[in-house]
Amino acid sequence: MCLAVPGKVIELRDDEAGVRMGRVSFGGVTKEVCFAYLPEASVGDYVLVHVGFALNRIDEQEARRVFELLDAASDLHEARTDPSSGEGGEGVW
Amino acid sequence: MKYVDEYRNAGDARRMVEAIESIVAHDWTLMEICGGQTHTIVRSGIDRMLPKRITLVHGPGCPVCVTSVALIDTAIALARRPEVILTSFGDMLRVPGSSTDLLRAKADGGDVRMVYSPLDALALAQKHSDRQVVFFAVGFETTAPANALAVWKARRAGVGNFSVLCAHVLVPPAMEAILSDPGNLVQGFLAAGHVCTVTGYREYEPLAQRHRVPITVTGFEPLDVLQGVYLTVRALEADRWGVENQYRRAVTADGNQAAQRMMAEVFEVCDRDWRGIGEIPASGLRLRGEYAEFDAERRFDIAPPTADYSTECIAGQILQGRKRPDQCPAFRVRCTPERPLGAPMVSSEGACAAYYRWGRPG
Repeated sequence: MCLAVPGKVIELRDDEAGVRMGRVSFGGVTKEVCFAYLPEASVGDYVLVHVGFALNRIDEQEARRVFELLDAASDLHEARTDPSSGEGGEGVW
Repeated sequence: MKYVDEYRNAGDARRMVEAIESIVAHDWTLMEICGGQTHTIVRSGIDRMLPKRITLVHGPGCPVCVTSVALIDTAIALARRPEVILTSFGDMLRVPGSSTDLLRAKADGGDVRMVYSPLDALALAQKHSDRQVVFFAVGFETTAPANALAVWKARRAGVGNFSVLCAHVLVPPAMEAILSDPGNLVQGFLAAGHVCTVTGYREYEPLAQRHRVPITVTGFEPLDVLQGVYLTVRALEADRWGVENQYRRAVTADGNQAAQRMMAEVFEVCDRDWRGIGEIPASGLRLRGEYAEFDAERRFDIAPPTADYSTECIAGQILQGRKRPDQCPAFRVRCTPERPLGAPMVSSEGACAAYYRWGRPG
């Protein structure tokens, strides 16, 4: 129920009632999304979408902190490659 | 896909498990609140990768699972009325009421439709002005703003044939109920990240202080869950309590305030009966007086449901983390997703469904 999926904003407009709406691409599949709670979103942003509503913009800086904590926790301090570049060499679940 | 696969790297997960192994010195029992996290844990085998000292118990974070039999019976009674189109999220349709479920009510001729968004239900009402469209509104704080907006829009546009059957539940009162139970074993929580996307996490701080537990706001990918465990165990080992935020890319302390404002505009807090658990004070949402005309329970004269429901299902104990699904004698034998005895076997967030789907033996 609380499933929320990150997607990329590809279009924004207001509907006839003045509610902010848009389209979001989830790995190529696009869906109509309500932006009433995220009016500040821009095309190109990554947003978290739940039951057709954008709830938050994903913070790119903060998204990297997961890997900073990982490195700190495992005492490895060598610089990581950009996490947004995707899979590492050891397979993905 | 961006912001998904990066957090599923098996090598990173192993490093995180090693980090957890290096800090754990005592036995700890942690509860993940959200059923989405439960599925990540069972699917990825996180519970089997963790040191033996750490026990993960699964929480009540599956709104479909905790919706009372009485409300499901009411939804089924509504679906049987010829003028009604009963709409809800797909998960709700197969949850057993006292004698049947919504999908069977549909097979018997009821007009039951699955929607992706509450706005789809509202659009259906605008399209079928000769019918009554009822949206069975379930969900935690994550979903409440979406459902609130549908009601707000209906009122603004004067859509008189739209109403909601409100089953909303709130997370912090459920955590309070678990922690206040004299038999409680939970020493730390992974809080539900997407609930906190809406609410922020300030309201968890008093809970953490009162019960002296660490609460870590946690995401849903394997690396997120492992880091939630790491941060919670690190706090426990240091005898610290309070709120930490692992899911910083999506959660801020204050949450989404526009969403909170709309929730407060449309809903007010009420007591709520949780299936298998019982009534929890101030743990639900109902429509405020100004929106009462959109309350399906007021609009339709529905006979009070009998809700006598006896089965060997131990969902209540599962939802409070007292038993694991594979400890239930009916699991995989008399209870399967095709023939469920209880809601946690049906819902995509149910712990029993997770154990069944990801191959845990009974």
